[in-house]
Order: sequence, then C-alpha cells, then structure tokens
Amino acid sequence: MVTVRKGKQFKWQRKHLLGLRDLDKDEITYILDTARGFEQVSTRSVKKAPPLRGKVVVNLFFEDSTRTRNSFALAAGRLSADIIEFTKKSSSVSKGETLLDTARNLEAMGIDIVVVRHEAGGAARFLSRNIKACVVNAGDGFCEHPTQGLLDVYTIRKIKGSLEGLKIAIVGDIAHSRVARSDMWAMTKLGAEVTFVGPPTLMPTQVGRLPVKVSYSLDEIIEKVDVINVLRIQFERLGGNPFPSIREYSHYFGLTVERMKRAKPDILVMHPGPINRGLEIESEVADGRNSVILEQVTNGLAVRMAVLFLVNQAAAQ
Amino acid sequence: MKVLLDSRQIEQALTGLADQIISDSLADPDIAVIGIRSRGEILAQRLSAQLSRRLDKDVPCGTLDITLYRDDLNSPQGNAQPQVRTTEIGFDIDQKVIILVDDVLYTGRSTRAAMDALVDLGRPRVIKLAVLVDRVGRELPIQADYAGFKTDAAPGESVQVNLVESDGKDEVVVD
Amino acid sequence: MNNGVLIKNGRVIDPANGIDGKYDVLIVDHKIERVTEKIEESGPGFEGCTVIDAAGKLVTPGLIDIHVHFREPGDEEEETIASGSAAAVAAGFTSVVCMPNTKPPIENETDVEYVHRKARQARKTHVYTMGTITKSLEGVELAEMGFMAEAGAVGFTDDGRGVQNPAVMLRALKYAAMFGLVIAQHCQDDAIAGDGVMNSGYYSTILGLPGIDPLAEEAMLWRDIQLIKRAPIRYHAQHISTAGSVELIRAAKKDSLPVTCEVTPHHLLLTEESCGDYDTNYKVNPPLRRAEDVEALKQAVADGLVDALASDHAPHLQSEKELEFLAAPFGIASLECALGLYVKALVEPGILDWPGLIRLMTEKPAGIIGIDKGTLSKGKQGDVTIIDPDADYVIDVNTFRSKSRNCPYQGWRVKGKVEKTIVGGEIRFEA
Repeated sequence: MVTVRKGKQFKWQRKHLLGLRDLDKDEITYILDTARGFEQVSTRSVKKAPPLRGKVVVNLFFEDSTRTRNSFALAAGRLSADIIEFTKKSSSVSKGETLLDTARNLEAMGIDIVVVRHEAGGAARFLSRNIKACVVNAGDGFCEHPTQGLLDVYTIRKIKGSLEGLKIAIVGDIAHSRVARSDMWAMTKLGAEVTFVGPPTLMPTQVGRLPVKVSYSLDEIIEKVDVINVLRIQFERLGGNPFPSIREYSHYFGLTVERMKRAKPDILVMHPGPINRGLEIESEVADGRNSVILEQVTNGLAVRMAVLFLVNQAAAQ
Repeated sequence: MKVLLDSRQIEQALTGLADQIISDSLADPDIAVIGIRSRGEILAQRLSAQLSRRLDKDVPCGTLDITLYRDDLNSPQGNAQPQVRTTEIGFDIDQKVIILVDDVLYTGRSTRAAMDALVDLGRPRVIKLAVLVDRVGRELPIQADYAGFKTDAAPGESVQVNLVESDGKDEVVVD
Repeated sequence: MNNGVLIKNGRVIDPANGIDGKYDVLIVDHKIERVTEKIEESGPGFEGCTVIDAAGKLVTPGLIDIHVHFREPGDEEEETIASGSAAAVAAGFTSVVCMPNTKPPIENETDVEYVHRKARQARKTHVYTMGTITKSLEGVELAEMGFMAEAGAVGFTDDGRGVQNPAVMLRALKYAAMFGLVIAQHCQDDAIAGDGVMNSGYYSTILGLPGIDPLAEEAMLWRDIQLIKRAPIRYHAQHISTAGSVELIRAAKKDSLPVTCEVTPHHLLLTEESCGDYDTNYKVNPPLRRAEDVEALKQAVADGLVDALASDHAPHLQSEKELEFLAAPFGIASLECALGLYVKALVEPGILDWPGLIRLMTEKPAGIIGIDKGTLSKGKQGDVTIIDPDADYVIDVNTFRSKSRNCPYQGWRVKGKVEKTIVGGEIRFEA
C-alpha cells in the first residue's frame, strides 16, 4: 500500500500543547497519525530514536502522579532527550517559590520542554506566556489533561477505525475531571457523541452548555454506547461529600459484570487509571475481554512521544 | 523542465539494477529489499518483485521511515515539515543482506539516516545501496553500490522522480 | 479676602440643591460662600483671590468614593494612605472611605485616629474610615463600635468577608443602632462560595477553575434583609454584582427598608468571559459575572435603585498578581480612572446624564455615610471638582500615583478628565 501524501501540506505549528479545546480536528488527527509512527520504537529491541537528542525535558510536577510522570519520562528518554525530574508538593501560595520563579530558574539552566502538572487550572498556559521553553500540559486543575484525551481517542481509533458517529459515555466525577474535559473536546471534534454520566452533584456547572449529553443513570446508557470511559472517584479531591457513601455510588454508577451483560458485545471499556477495583469498576470488568485499559497505557507512550516530537519541531521553526 | 528518463528508460534502469544485484549476490539466500519512504518504497516493491521472479524465490520487501533519524529536525530547511510515518518491515533484518532502495542519491543524508535507523532495528550482515538516480553533490562520504542512471544536474535544479503508483506516471524530470 | 477661589463660567452641577446650569462658585476661607450667576472678580475684597476659568467644564461638589482599600497599616508596599489619597485627588475625589481590613484591622479608636492622622499628614483628600463589625474580622465577637464611632468612624463593615453567622449579624445590627452609623456588608456566604476564584458558570467549567455561585452573594443579602426587618438600622450592600441581588434590593426598597447599595465600575463593564485567558487582572471578589448581570446592574442604576458608585480600589503588587489564577489575590485597583469608567458605562450609553452620575458620586454616597459633604451649599467645605466632560484620554497605568497598577483598563480610551480637584478651598490637584 502506497501512502505518498500529495496536495496541501499540513504544518504543525504549536510550540505548546496546553489543551485540546484549542486544537482543531486536523491538528488532533495529525498528532494521532504521528503517534502511529512512534509505536514501534517501544516494541523493537532498541527502544530509542534520536530526534530529541541533546534536548532537555523537565517533568515539573506539583501534584502526585507516578503514572503520568513515568510515561512522559519514558517517552522523552525514548527520543534520546535528557530528563530532569522536579516534583514539588506545594503551589505558589505562602511557602516557597512561586510557580513562575521555579520555571524561570529551571529555564536559566537551559531547558527545552517543560511538562507541567499543577493544581491550578490555566497553570500551563500561564507558564507558556512567561517562559521560552515549550510547555506541555500534563494536567492543570480540572481544566485539561490533553495527552490523556489524545491517547484515549488514539486507542478508540486504533480499534474502531474512526470515531465518527460513535457513542461514548464518560462516567464519574465529571465536575472535577480534567480527563473528562479533554476527552470531550477530542471526541466531539472527531465526530463522536459524548454523554456524561454521574450524579447531579458531580456534574460541572452549566453542563448544558457543553457539547455533550447528560445522564444520571448508567443503567439507561450502558446498552447504547460503543465506548465507556470510567473515571476514578478521587476521594482526595472531593470536598463536601457529594454522595452519601461509596456503597451507594458503586450501586448506581459502578461498572459491574451485571451491567456489562446488557452492553454491546464489542463495547470498549476504558479507564485513565489508577483503578479503584470494586468501586467504580469491578475487577472482572477491568480485566475482562472488553477492557483496553492496558492498551491505553501503551498507546500513551506513543502519543506522548509524538507530542514531544511535534512541539520540539515547532520550536525549531 | 526536462525529462531525464521516460517510463521505458525507468523500466530499463530497474532491470539493470536487478541484473547487477543478481550477478553480485549469486542467489544469496538472505537477500531482502528495504525502500526508504516515500518513492524508495515503491521502487523497492518493484525491485523485490523482479528479484523474486528472476531468482525464483521470495525476496522480502519492507518500508523504512527515516524521519526520526534526519539530521535537520532541529534546524529545518525552508518550509518543509517532515511527517513521522510508520516503518513496516515484516521480517527480521539480523544477518540479512539488505538492499536499501531510494529514488535519488544526492547529498547522502537520507542514506546516512536510513543506516542509523536500520542499525537501531537490528544487525544486517551487509547493507548495499541501490538508487534509481545518482546525482552529483555529495555532502557525506556515501556511494551507491548500484545506480540506474547518473546525472550531473546542477545544485539549483531539482531532480524529481515520478512513479505511476504515486504520481500517475513514470518519469524522471529535472527542473 | 485670603484664600479665595472663584470658579467662573462653568456648568455647575449640584444635585443636592437641584442646580444644573452656568454659574460661578466662590470659595472663601475654605468654605463655599456662594453659587450665583456672574460673580465679578474685581472690586473690594477680591485681592489675592485665585480665579479659575471653567468655561466648557463641569463644576461639581468634590467626588466621594465610599469604598477603597489603602493598605495601611500592614501592606504599605501595596499602598499607603498617602499614595492612595494622592491617587484619589488626581482622580477628582475629595473624600474617600477606607475599608478596615488592614493588618491589623481598624477595630478600635486608636486605629481610627491613626488613619485620620496619616491622612492629615498627606494633605490630599479627606480620608474617612469604617471600623470592623467583629474583632479581627472573624465574625464572632463584636468590635468596639462605640469607641470607633466617637473617634469618627463613618460606618462598620467586615469587608473582604461577610459576617457568616446570622446571630452575630443580628446582634451587630442591634448594637450598632446606638450609634446611628451605617452597617455595610460584603455579602458572601463562605460555605456556598467555597474556594471559588471566579463566577460559577460555563466559563469556570471550561477553564477548570472553582466557581463562586451567585447564590453566595444573594443568600446573604436576602438573610440580611430579613434581619433588617427585625432591627431596622441603616444597611448598605457593598459591590452588588448579580441580577438576583438587584431584585432583592428592589423588593427591600419597595418595603421601605433602610437599605442602600453600591456598584463598582468593573461590574458595569466586564464579564466573566474576560477571565478566559487566565489574566489575573480580572480576578476580583465579587467576581465578574455574566452579561445579563451587567445589564441588570445598569438597569438598576437607570431605575434609581443604586445609591452610590464605588471603586472598591484594591491595590496589589505586580509580583503578587503574577501567579497562576488560582493563587493570585483578588482585586482591581481602579481609583485613578474611575470617573472615566463610569462615564463609559453609564453616560455614554445614555443610562445617566451628568447630573445623575454626579449625584451617585456626591450627594448620595455622602448621605450613606452621614458626612456633611457632597453639596455646594453655603458654608459647606470648599470641596470642588472640575471636570472636562468631553476630553478623552487613554488610560495609562504607568501614570498612576497609586503604588499599584493592577487593573485591566490599560489602553482604554475614556471620556471625562479631571482638570482640578479643590479640597477645603485648596487646589490639591491640577491636570
């Protein structure tokens, strides 16, 4: 099969990846296509390629996350970049250096790409305006987690071929989920129909103005969707007790073996991880034949390699 | 615009390449052809088909994407923005005699990148370079083992290989 | 006479006395002597008199801003009473009222006297101060309202915060009744507001920031109105920002309750959409709301429901605002361009005419805090502002006399330039 591209050349021009709300369908597709070219770097015996050789990537993580941090570190390493790990517990308030001062200090040491995770929505955007390095958002408050959104649609596209017309449900604490938002932007731009599912107390304000449907009943939705993305219930984030107990949440919104019986046989089960087994998803479902949770992790590497490659390329222009 | 090779001449050049390869390798059992994207890939398919027919055995063919190994990623020339695509080599390259195929050998940089890519994928016993057009202007110490046609087109001119599968017709033009 | 100031040929607007026309104003011995047609400056007694030709200009009672934050004591690097009053006088204000949420807060008579002394030393505008309602602004125990009243405080507020506990608020209202001063409230129910940093709505959702629900303001305002029915002392709702609050005020006034309210320039000009780029110059409390709320507030002004325009001048250093949106402090410092902003929001679109605007910046705010100012009646302090209503200029924060520059109006073209500010018969500012 010959794949010589003719006609209008697409040019990737973004030096930063801050959110999927900013990207159009062509840009998202371009990242996914590029990621495909990176998949093999992880499967062959020499798991390295040289495009980022001599470049310095900083993992600037103000929130706990071994999973995403490791994924980015591995992605950068596979592209032959040097990695600095910088984890900090507190944010700019009261103690220690401000976010800006921290980034400027790092920049003074000569860095090329900053991968940043922070509790404040807009933190990555704030950095991108104030430092010269490329900024990749690894999660800012409950605004966006763009590489997660990308790897989610990549996973779906790889298996289903295209997202056009697919019905996708996202279940859980939507109000505080940056994954839900990034997924929403990516999936709707690629033509899928997205439904947010959860209790009213966990829906974001004015959800009716977002390009999604809303349902408070997982039972009603489960039969209709092609893909279901189960979000982790994050106890550490929940203030003020939005539902009375774990028991009750699991009962109404947990993805159980029973519910899966009523789902389409080829439904894809996804989860950004880490899983609370038995809470939002039963073990048998997480490990079952419809689950692509581990593929998501594998694909995450290829997607992050593509993102680092592309922002670096744009910066070189 | 001048036509350097028409479709008949291209066919002859390819056959010429196959002749040279066959006489050199003498039915070596480990021979395989790998084409450099994008037009090298097409030429490689044609070449491996010819070789398979004439040697009466299956000469495997693969496609190599060299974008990740280019030396101009961080200092882009002009408007071009190379896109990363997939490498598809369905066989083990260890210990094989790899015929690396490209459409035009010019500065030698693509070949250098291709060799680096191959070496990250395995350890071929021998790598030989086969090109349709060999033009003057090397920037690196690289030579073609098999060349279909030599030209001394000037540096300002562009030598473009068009092939039926990708461009609608077989033709090599100088602009 | 000595110290005479004669302002001729201007359009004198004195809403308290129903004056709007071409008159001359004479100030003698720091007091308004008379406002009549064609006062001749020649003749006996006029030697040494300063004559100002105000042709084409507006001549108004000195402007009054009843809600500013001069961060002294405690945060003097952000603003001092001296720098703040210099900013005020350059903006045409002859009297301002400081909020007591300083560090330490203004909660007894020595604190009140401190503010007055600093103001006297600065010799710019008259500076008044409110005192806190509760000790340390904690909302638990009442502060020494009596002593503060005797020292000259013009009202009480825990501004920055609202008094959360209704029982405490009721007690405060009953106690304050002894002193005849106004109680002002920053209406914000903390339980509803949570850790919000902008209006709760579509924008807070897609920007991924926690939101402050309008109910946080409306719930407390509603509660306080019920308390006022029980303990009817003068109550002033500070910086109202929502359509819901407007309706509550409308109903309260219909019931003839002693409730007044004020609106800031930013709540008349900006919406939550401005936060879209996470620019902390738009981070303010109460937050910028929806376009419908801005319209409702403008309509409230047109309907006469709003009693005062007040800037809520909240200075912060650039380094303090140069943080991610979540962490940056709340506040817009717009004292020095306030007049031009009110003109843009209310006069240019025809919602108010100049007399209507001046009334909300002189007579009415003076009435809320009970000071003997805001008019050009004979014998009153010679506080006069001269404005060129047609001159337009571009707001440049780098010319501010305030120590802080945090406002989103850089580069805005506005009309209504202050030419001179006269405080107690002294020209304390000239453009």
